[in-house]
Amino acid sequence: MSLMGIGILKGLGVTLRHFIDTYAEDLKYILNKSGVQQPRPLRRQSPKNRGLVTVEYPKERLPLPENFRYIPFLVKDTQTNDDKCTSCGICAKVCPPQCIWIVRTEDPVTKRPVPQPKQFYIDTTICMNCGYCAEFCPFDAIKMDHNYELSYYPEEQPHKRLIHDKHILTKPDTYHAAIHPSDWQRELAEKAAEEEKKRAAAEAKAKAAANPAAAPSSTQPPASA
Amino acid sequence: MSQTPTNPPAAKPAAGHGAKAAAPKLAVLTPEMQQLQQHFGEALITPAPFVGVLVNDKRRLVDVARYLRDELKYDSITNLTAVDYIKEGYFEVVYQVQRSTGGEPLTFKARVPRPQGNDLSEPLPSLTAVYAGADFQEREVYDMFGIPFEGHPDLRRILLWEGFYGWPLRKDWHEPYYEGDTKPFESRWPGGDHKLAEERVPWEDNVNYPPGFDPLSFVANPDAGLYDSMMHGVRVVQSDGSALTTQQNGTATAAAERNGGAATALDELQTDQIIVNMGPQHPSTHGVLRMVVKLDGETVTDLKLALGYLHRNHEKIGERNTWLHNIPYTDRLDYICGLANEWGYVLTVEKMMGIKPTERAEYLRVLMAELTRIQSHFWAIGFLLNDLGAFYTPALYFITERDLILDLFESVTGSRLMCNYFRFGGVARDLTEAQLAHAKELAFERIPRKIDELEALLTDNEIVRARTIGVGYLPADRSINYSLTGPCIRAAGVPYDIRRVDPYGIYDRFDFDIPVLYGADVYDRYRVRVMEMRQSLRIVQQCLKQMEDTRWGDIQAGKKAYNHRVPAGQAYGRVETPKGELGFYLVSDGGQNAYRYHVRSSSFINLNSLKEMVVGHKVADAVVILGSLDIVLGEVDR
Amino acid sequence: MTELTAELQNDPRVPEELRNNVFITTLDKIYNWGRKRSVWPMLFGLACCAIEMIATAASRHDLARFGWELMRASPRQADLMIVSGTVTKKMVPQIVRLYNQMPEPRYVIAMGACATAGGPFKEGYNVVSGIDKFIPVDVYITGCPPRPEALLHSFLKLQEKIEKQSLRNVPWYRPGTDDIIPVPMLGPDLVDMRRAEAIRAKAAESQNA
Repeated sequence: MSLMGIGILKGLGVTLRHFIDTYAEDLKYILNKSGVQQPRPLRRQSPKNRGLVTVEYPKERLPLPENFRYIPFLVKDTQTNDDKCTSCGICAKVCPPQCIWIVRTEDPVTKRPVPQPKQFYIDTTICMNCGYCAEFCPFDAIKMDHNYELSYYPEEQPHKRLIHDKHILTKPDTYHAAIHPSDWQRELAEKAAEEEKKRAAAEAKAKAAANPAAAPSSTQPPASA
Repeated sequence: MSQTPTNPPAAKPAAGHGAKAAAPKLAVLTPEMQQLQQHFGEALITPAPFVGVLVNDKRRLVDVARYLRDELKYDSITNLTAVDYIKEGYFEVVYQVQRSTGGEPLTFKARVPRPQGNDLSEPLPSLTAVYAGADFQEREVYDMFGIPFEGHPDLRRILLWEGFYGWPLRKDWHEPYYEGDTKPFESRWPGGDHKLAEERVPWEDNVNYPPGFDPLSFVANPDAGLYDSMMHGVRVVQSDGSALTTQQNGTATAAAERNGGAATALDELQTDQIIVNMGPQHPSTHGVLRMVVKLDGETVTDLKLALGYLHRNHEKIGERNTWLHNIPYTDRLDYICGLANEWGYVLTVEKMMGIKPTERAEYLRVLMAELTRIQSHFWAIGFLLNDLGAFYTPALYFITERDLILDLFESVTGSRLMCNYFRFGGVARDLTEAQLAHAKELAFERIPRKIDELEALLTDNEIVRARTIGVGYLPADRSINYSLTGPCIRAAGVPYDIRRVDPYGIYDRFDFDIPVLYGADVYDRYRVRVMEMRQSLRIVQQCLKQMEDTRWGDIQAGKKAYNHRVPAGQAYGRVETPKGELGFYLVSDGGQNAYRYHVRSSSFINLNSLKEMVVGHKVADAVVILGSLDIVLGEVDR
Repeated sequence: MTELTAELQNDPRVPEELRNNVFITTLDKIYNWGRKRSVWPMLFGLACCAIEMIATAASRHDLARFGWELMRASPRQADLMIVSGTVTKKMVPQIVRLYNQMPEPRYVIAMGACATAGGPFKEGYNVVSGIDKFIPVDVYITGCPPRPEALLHSFLKLQEKIEKQSLRNVPWYRPGTDDIIPVPMLGPDLVDMRRAEAIRAKAAESQNA
């Protein structure tokens, strides 16, 4: 350093530029003639922004990315009014802190398991929001929620602990579709493909039934062999 | 070793653990190991199961270490840990030494028989005289396994407190909320009625007391021994006016307590030395670290660290988790750069499973890890300036940039900090077009501009220079001996970066430099970080370009699974995180859970050298030097 | 400010011509309004959540917008303790001591799963399953870690709580309510001194058994 103080001045220049940039950004916003304005939180969080970055929660909110994950919820099929969950227990197995408890339904007569959860608990005070349950669920029955406003007073919850049971956890698939649009599209596409496959299989079967002579040889070659 | 033939572990070295019938395969000896064997004889040095050599006479351990350091040039100890082989009845202490010029670490092991109950085991000789970096690691092994190290200068519990009941990482020691050896627990499904852990334990809380324990007459002294060695040689004035030079034990503590926690020293200059506790609640300790400093005026004359205020039992929980369960836990080690930690763990498990991630996944890993490095360095520099007294302006500027990188992480992985993105053989998600555009905007426009701005703000600033140049000096040879890693050792002129000395992933495809400076002080540690950010940016830019040739969505090798089984064996894998070398020492018995899960954390081992850096400086500089090490307490205490 | 003045200005008890000059309010209202806009949190971080707490205080979320102006490192100057992260047994004596040193009125937010109940580390041998085992908590936040907005949400909840308090029954102006929580002891395990008698009895029982 040749001259004492140059370095400090250079640094002060940076802070000055930051100060001016905030006004420049606002001017740009005001003078924008195209009329199409991004919502303020989006504009402020864009990597192109040089001005202020503050998002005035709770008046305005940052848009949440689709992948965002908070406490999980169970999806209910609104068409059939059934839980999608079959209580297979995979989510309980992959849960790292073991915060999922599932009671499987038993048929009252045969005592055989019924693919329906009788009760489903998620201890949100243990859950680490890792998203494994949603990732490994083979039935798309459990998804990660976007609702992070879950603060509570101690007197609001028994044991002062927020434990979600099946009643709280269950949310309609329309909600799921709204917060996870592309995931929902994928589900629909998979469902359509499956139905198509089923239809094709049924058609083939019908064809085979119409033509019984060909059926045994085509569907059961080992039996005839 | 006299008991070599009768020593159970040595008598059946091939017994191994867990493997149902077949004996575990013995390690193939490298040329260096063979040289070691030739020098010490084949009776002393035998191949160990899976990796490394076994030193059969523990009394010769120090000789072996000295030979390795002086003749074979393994000049620093990378990792030191122990494994409890409960079925075979011994503890195996694993030492891994490293050449600062590069290459794979060399592993040697020693065994001690398991003791009964809560007793201490037979002692092992301490290697602190050979490798200063063994200091904290030996204390950790003592704390967790109850293996004493003879000749250790300050053998006290490090993560827990003196008087804690039991040795937690022994396989037969169970914590109060113990539910089973392995996850998943049976109680969760199919008859999983929710029950709070408090409701099923006898003490109705996460505690366990020995029978007959009486809290009302018990005298707790969790810091026993902490002040003693700091009192050594200090003249203490008794209450009756007579002075005496304290011994290294109780006298000093008693006197210190009488004097309100400080000792009075009367030397020729008639100055008092006082002992001051900084932390665990202190704005400049970057978390819950406690520094106990002895001050002469404002000059630090001695320093001790008290750790463990964030000891979250990562390793004990990790040994119960399935292999997959551990990935989100590693995020919480160094919580500033979760993605870098995940890579270390996933890399080690992949090594054991013998799988490789897909091409696209490799690029995504590099992209995420290098962005993590940039945001971590932004954070580190911001808070270093906070420690210097440049209150908040730099930190706020850099947190803004960091938030933009975290936005990318959040939109790709779903979380800002705890990304849980890596999987065995791949990653969880690919980037969409919009996310790629965001990454490109950051990598080509925003971050380069901001790094220039950062340099303009700080690098030439006279106050920064005056406060940091020459402060916290630790020469290269001492840094190596202390097992210092990361930007700190590169600021001391040692080009030690795992990405080059022991390459992993696809770093060989990128054109980048390892920045090295020679000042070995706080200023050069800051500058190395800035230079590293630029190099990371280069990698990210190349990565984004090269990625275009890979197939979108091809991010998982093999079938995605959750119930991995890892073949029996041991492995040590390591990556270069923004803080330094992060290693995982894993032992598998072929099951779904890790048998031993040890984290070699860079922040923890870097702290070894803090005392030597700080002593002689003013107490205000101690804060800055700590800031320049850039520790994260989640990783220090695990 | 605006909401309060708007409310005050439209008070029907004040003649219309005086409404811009005279406000009437209850003592409680003005007292709580002042308090809720000047809660100073303690600069005190424990673990991962502390990073999100710092992010909340940084430019993007800007805690100071709510009048929670700056974080004080000294408990004597703080009104709010944000327990941000895993509470370990080794750390809990210090936390209780800090809480004891805070002057009334004081509030506690348990941030994240760990501070609430131990979180993913609950099973650990050095982890306290919830700071509320030792000090009273006013608001809990779920999440691991909670987003900065989630922390802001809990602040708003705490403001709501402050608003509802009344000078008539707040405990801190009464004699004898200055309760000091006994600092837990680090013995063979963490000892909550309030339960010492029970622990002794049970330990003796287990010895005799």
